[in-house]
Amino acid sequence: MKQFISFIRKEFYHIFRDRKTMLILLVMPIVQIVIFGFALTNEVKNSKFSVLDNAHDAASAALIQQLDASQYFELQSNLHSYNDISEAFKKGTIKLAVVIPEHFSDDLEHQNKAQVQLVADASDPNVANTLVNYAGAVILDYQDRITQDKKLPYTINTEIRMLYNPQLKGAYNFVPGVMAMVLLLVCTMMTAITIVKEKEMGTMEIMLVSPLKPLLIIIAKAIPYLLLSIVNIISILLLSVFVLDVPINGSIVLLMSESILFTIVSLSLGLLISTGASSQQTAMFISLVGMFLPTVMFSGFMFPVENMPKPLQIISNIVPAKWYYIIVRSVMIKGVGIEAVWKETLVLFGMMLFFLGMAFKQFKIRLA
Amino acid sequence: MGNEKVITAEQLTKRFGDFVAVDAISFEVSKGEIFGFLGANGAGKTTAMRMLCGLSLPTSGKATVAGFDVFKQNESIKKKIGYMSQKFSLYEDLTVKENIRFYGGIYGKSDSFIKEKTEKLLQQLHLTNEANALVRSLPLGWKQKLAFSVAIFHEPDIVFLDEPTGGVDPVTRREFWNMIYEASARGITVFVTTHYLDEAEYCNRVSIMVDGKIEALDTPAKLKEQYHAESMDEVFLQLARKATRSDG
Amino acid sequence: MPAVTVDHITKTYGTKKSIVTALDDVSFHVEQGELFGIIGPDGAGKTSLFRILTTLLLADKGNAVVDGNDVVKDYRSIRNKVGYMPGKFSLYPDLSIEENLAFFATIFNTTVSENYHLIKDIYEQIAPFKDRRAGKLSGGMKQKLALCCALIHKPTVLFLDEPTTGVDAVSRKEFWIMLKGLKQQGITILVSTPYMDEASRCDRVALIQGGKILQINTPEGITQQFGRKLFAVKSANMLDLLHQLKSINGVQDAYPFGEFHHVVLKEGVDNITMPPNTVSKEVKPDIEDCFIALMKNNG
Repeated sequence: MKQFISFIRKEFYHIFRDRKTMLILLVMPIVQIVIFGFALTNEVKNSKFSVLDNAHDAASAALIQQLDASQYFELQSNLHSYNDISEAFKKGTIKLAVVIPEHFSDDLEHQNKAQVQLVADASDPNVANTLVNYAGAVILDYQDRITQDKKLPYTINTEIRMLYNPQLKGAYNFVPGVMAMVLLLVCTMMTAITIVKEKEMGTMEIMLVSPLKPLLIIIAKAIPYLLLSIVNIISILLLSVFVLDVPINGSIVLLMSESILFTIVSLSLGLLISTGASSQQTAMFISLVGMFLPTVMFSGFMFPVENMPKPLQIISNIVPAKWYYIIVRSVMIKGVGIEAVWKETLVLFGMMLFFLGMAFKQFKIRLA
Repeated sequence: MGNEKVITAEQLTKRFGDFVAVDAISFEVSKGEIFGFLGANGAGKTTAMRMLCGLSLPTSGKATVAGFDVFKQNESIKKKIGYMSQKFSLYEDLTVKENIRFYGGIYGKSDSFIKEKTEKLLQQLHLTNEANALVRSLPLGWKQKLAFSVAIFHEPDIVFLDEPTGGVDPVTRREFWNMIYEASARGITVFVTTHYLDEAEYCNRVSIMVDGKIEALDTPAKLKEQYHAESMDEVFLQLARKATRSDG
Repeated sequence: MPAVTVDHITKTYGTKKSIVTALDDVSFHVEQGELFGIIGPDGAGKTSLFRILTTLLLADKGNAVVDGNDVVKDYRSIRNKVGYMPGKFSLYPDLSIEENLAFFATIFNTTVSENYHLIKDIYEQIAPFKDRRAGKLSGGMKQKLALCCALIHKPTVLFLDEPTTGVDAVSRKEFWIMLKGLKQQGITILVSTPYMDEASRCDRVALIQGGKILQINTPEGITQQFGRKLFAVKSANMLDLLHQLKSINGVQDAYPFGEFHHVVLKEGVDNITMPPNTVSKEVKPDIEDCFIALMKNNG
């Protein structure tokens, strides 16, 4: 046990004494989340929208006026037919179209119920979703205002149409996505590099000649990165909740446990890479090209997996980040419990066992 | 060996902050001379050599190499010198021929010059059959001889050799020195550092650096006389033991 | 029981197309408490041999026993009791002297104080810099620290792979004095070196070249077996002299040797007429002369 603790302490010395490692480990995750966060919130300010107002009555005018007045939207033009909508989207002049049906005022007053259609350009799903959410909120606001002095509440149903990307991905994609990316980077790449570094320095030779058990070397190498990853998960979640207003709707304990599971999967991948790589460059290259790119491509964070060709969809199943991404979105955004994500959890667990098993099998008790 | 001086250094100094790595060294090297440059680890050999090769700017003093000023004309110096070190000299993943071609190309030699000289060189080194073999596959001694040939391929005025024979077997080591003698006979000045003190005896003159200063400079015979020593080994130990910073 | 027994060890690397034989049927043994030198140039197979003996590498053929344990079957027990200093001084450059030593002590299940007597003489030389990071040390200091780290668990057999390579002559001398001290404490030491002049400091040496052992004997024993007359010759023009010497009848070999050329006479030849204007004297061969002779016989 003393050997073990001493080994871990040594690992922390390595980490704390290298500014570059510290930067990658602790600063980069925060920078990433902030960049992604603000890039997203900036984009929806003063978004251009057009109106196809088939009603031309007092209520529709008031609604349009309220949308225009909000900081998120700016009225671009009035349209005259349904075809104009797709024209405007194709030209790229607007990001949202609001369709108000005939007899809008009448419907509200007599039936207490009216329809509004929101059409968004969902080729950029994050932006589209945010815009629709914001527009929905403005309309709700309007509805509350006109309901105040009425006995029966008015209801405006918003019907949403997402153009170009009907299976829209959520707006808070990036938080789960960045979590997956950061954990993968920290655990897989850094662990692989740190073990290979010992090979390069020749200290691995002494470790192997020492009474230390290979299992102990591997675990001791991985533990500091596990601990740092937990710090990263917590800081990302704190930033998400308090700076980016992304809610955690589900159980925090569940979210943390799933994240730790994914961390261990990434660590075992890093260990597996380190057993095969003989130089730090190789380890870095395999981690980046072999792990990082597939994560960005196939996790569903950047590009919706459902829209990919079938073969790619099948490939995406072997990317651990895909499963983690589904779990985090479900727990964090949808707020569901383990009963909804047990399958994905099981997949990750299986991957962990597989990678760890492979890593131990591959780890050489000798040099060649 | 003529009287023409190809290296002159006068009060040449290099400081890194408060640390004086090379402390006002002065010496001259003649054309065709084999000049041994000895010193313990950390005595300042490498720094001095880097200044002379035009890789590092001196803090103060004066020096010329092949007639060029190390302060202002370091690019011209680089064309007139060859360099070989134990650590890096050849590309292991290129073939023998490719390495020669590459270095010839760096120094702007014409294709016909390179072609002609490559054939000659391969014959001299008995490497004609290995011309298309990867350098990686050659024994260390052959690599070192090839590296030296490559370093003088462009007929430089001076060749700097940084521990060229480390780890090489005694027979190949002598073959290597034979090549040094031949280069020197052709008028190439050889500036060499080594850890093998018997090799110091092969030099025309030897300088020994201690704590950044040149403590002794003369022919091996005169140095031995001066320090009442049987061998250069003893001379070196007497001087190097005075060092205060070699191990700090 | 010998401390180390090497029995017909062969080790090759590479694929079928290009096989490199690192060790070719090597056998020898090292007695308890002996200071045994393995002397040969780079690529002779020294490192492969050390790695096989420290259980890091498996031989293709043959067995080896270290301190009573088979290097393949009982590798765990060997790892508990040998000390190993690989060719590169394998230290953590970002840890201080003190931290490196403490770390290596704990991974070998011991503490610095427990075996301090063993390293005291060596450690005291570097102790003034104990807070300095290992990456900032000079070659000689790194070498001393690496030796302390290899000794800290009181190994029964100590393997030192080229401990003096790249270290200056002063540190090399000091290092051999340290080894002598360790030998007196009863530790068996195997040390490899490319420097022929270090052979005389060992009890026995094995000369190795191209994976083959050329000879094993005491340093004196090796030089006594030289069996030919050897002269040291010098003149004003050494390069010309060498060519002249080689062309003389009765000369087996001539090569530069320090300030002289060494001239080896053919077997049975007692004397030759030296070229004019030369200084010559008969000398005793040293290990380097023997190595050159053995290399040329084998090649």
